[in-house]
Amino acid sequence: MRRSFPLHVPNAELAVEARGLVKAFGDRRAVDGADLTVRTGTIFGVLGPNGAGKTTTLKMLATLLRPDGGEARIFGYDAVRDAHRVRRLIGVTGQYASVDETLTARENLIVFSRLLGLGRGEARRRASELLERFGLADAADRQLKTFSGGMRRRLDLAASLIVTPPLLFLDEPTTGLDPRTRAQLWEMIRELVRSGSTVLLTTQYLEEADQLADRIAVIDRGRVVAEGTADELKASVGASSLELAVRHAKDLAEARRVVEETLRVRTAAMPESGRITAPAADADRLADLLIALRERGIGLAEISVRKPTLDEVFLAITGRTAVGNREERGTGSPGFAQDHDPEREVVV
Amino acid sequence: MNGSANRMDGPYPGGAAGFGQAVRNSLTMAYRALLKVKHTPELWFDVTLQPILFTLMFAYLFGGAIAGDVRGYLPIIIPGILVQTVITTSIVTGVQLREDMEKGVFDRFRSLPIARIAPLAGALMADSIRYAIASVLTFTVGYLIGYRPAGGLGYVAVAAALVIVCAWSVSWIFAFFGVSARTASGVQGVSMLVLLPLTILSNAFVPVETLPNWLQWFVKLNPVSHLVSAVRDLANAGTFSRELAISLAGAAAIVAVFAPLTVRVYMRRA
Ligand SMILES: Nc1ncnc2c1ncn2[C@@H]1O[C@H](COP(=O)(O)OP(=O)(O)O)[C@@H](O)[C@H]1O
Ligand SMILES: [Mg+2]
Repeated sequence: MRRSFPLHVPNAELAVEARGLVKAFGDRRAVDGADLTVRTGTIFGVLGPNGAGKTTTLKMLATLLRPDGGEARIFGYDAVRDAHRVRRLIGVTGQYASVDETLTARENLIVFSRLLGLGRGEARRRASELLERFGLADAADRQLKTFSGGMRRRLDLAASLIVTPPLLFLDEPTTGLDPRTRAQLWEMIRELVRSGSTVLLTTQYLEEADQLADRIAVIDRGRVVAEGTADELKASVGASSLELAVRHAKDLAEARRVVEETLRVRTAAMPESGRITAPAADADRLADLLIALRERGIGLAEISVRKPTLDEVFLAITGRTAVGNREERGTGSPGFAQDHDPEREVVV
Repeated sequence: MNGSANRMDGPYPGGAAGFGQAVRNSLTMAYRALLKVKHTPELWFDVTLQPILFTLMFAYLFGGAIAGDVRGYLPIIIPGILVQTVITTSIVTGVQLREDMEKGVFDRFRSLPIARIAPLAGALMADSIRYAIASVLTFTVGYLIGYRPAGGLGYVAVAAALVIVCAWSVSWIFAFFGVSARTASGVQGVSMLVLLPLTILSNAFVPVETLPNWLQWFVKLNPVSHLVSAVRDLANAGTFSRELAISLAGAAAIVAVFAPLTVRVYMRRA
């Protein structure tokens, strides 16, 4: 039984529209003038290191925190003045499990279903359905205390989908999950968006934003420092590079000479793998190059244009390497940081 | 679209939740509180073990000293213990509310389109059941060791209801500490500080006449003393005394002051 959301979803083009959001804790600005625009029906990724202000931003959008400045509109409704209306349009899965530890998985879902207005029998049915769908049927009647991080996360997501919300907020949905569970979750998120919802998720994982999000905002120290599709962000950092692999290692030197002559660039060669790397050329030149190589009888095993990774994007934008998670902090090379303050070093 | 979905659309499509929804949401939250207790039986020790232990302990410890024999002491002590345990139990409201508000699940409650008062109201509703259990147990243990309230079962039930109502009113004080304090242990500390003098310096365990004058003054003023007297009058004599009126007025006053305060702070924080 597929449940359509009970509210006439406002036919808004923008699911989220935030201008100049500010939130200060004491004299520290956790969010410092963030602008975000999320189109309805897309996956939007908010990417940033620990302490960047992702959770604070999300909480303001989800009516959980009152902004100190700026305004946020959800499907056109003001997140402060129209909070109750906004709450009918959103689902939130917090960074830390927003479910009841002492209750069982089933009881959790029943309580939330009842709060959402489902009748007794309906709540039971819906709970069973969701437990099945999220692979929790076997653990349904166990207290959450005994659950693994991944199971808890899945239940958390299930609780947000009791009534399919037009807009779903997910705060670091896959942090701490094993790769298999992460992939499952990604698939669920994609499916949700296929069925018409909009998803705003935060992540510290560049790969996750790259794989999942239609658009990405890179956030650092409470500000949006870059915004665009993954490709745009990569392109903004610099040119792509061309990679060639020759079929026979003996051709490497000759091939390299041809590449340099045809494209008029300098190249790097890696004799062990028979690869040549060059700055990417425009398409016409590339055709010339392929013809020149064939004329000389040089066979290619592989040719590809590689865009910069989001890691490189992050480094270029913030002057620092992004880190995958808390445990890895300190692995970023401090040498890259130009405008570091000592406190920052700890946060990242 | 089905029935329940329409219900969410509700009579108040845009604005805040209506009264009917507030009641439904609060009942669900009370149901949740009871589920929690089901899984954490320790939470019921204070309303199960405590009444039993206290009744036995005080009856046999003080019975001989104060009234000459245990049996003669029971009409004095059972109402005293009843009031003392049930009122003490109401502290838990504040502590649990605070603990709850600090948990992640509260973020979900706050993000749901429910009446915002529901988590608070639900907690207070569920607590009334705890008070009822403590009351029944205290009277039962009293009966087993020989207490025969002269007022009869009907008046005993009225007395229990009175204590439940008063404890519920007092729990608003602790709920207020709960929503305003920073930490759960802070709530516990402040609450004990308020509660101890009220329950100990009362006529719950000893006849007032045995006390020094200055203490009599406080004990007679103490609202808990009035409640204890009201319960004694009901259970032992089957009379609706002036003490009953004073107790109810006191309870109403507490609710009138602390309910709006608590709700205000709670809504601001929640
Ligand atoms: N309730 C709070 N009180 C004080 N400081 C906070 C609070 N919440 C967050 N912060 C601070 O605000 C900054 C941003 O936090 P957060 O939004 O949680 O970042 P992220 O989710 O990106 O890791 C951090 O420096 C954090 O310490
Ligand atoms: Mg966070």
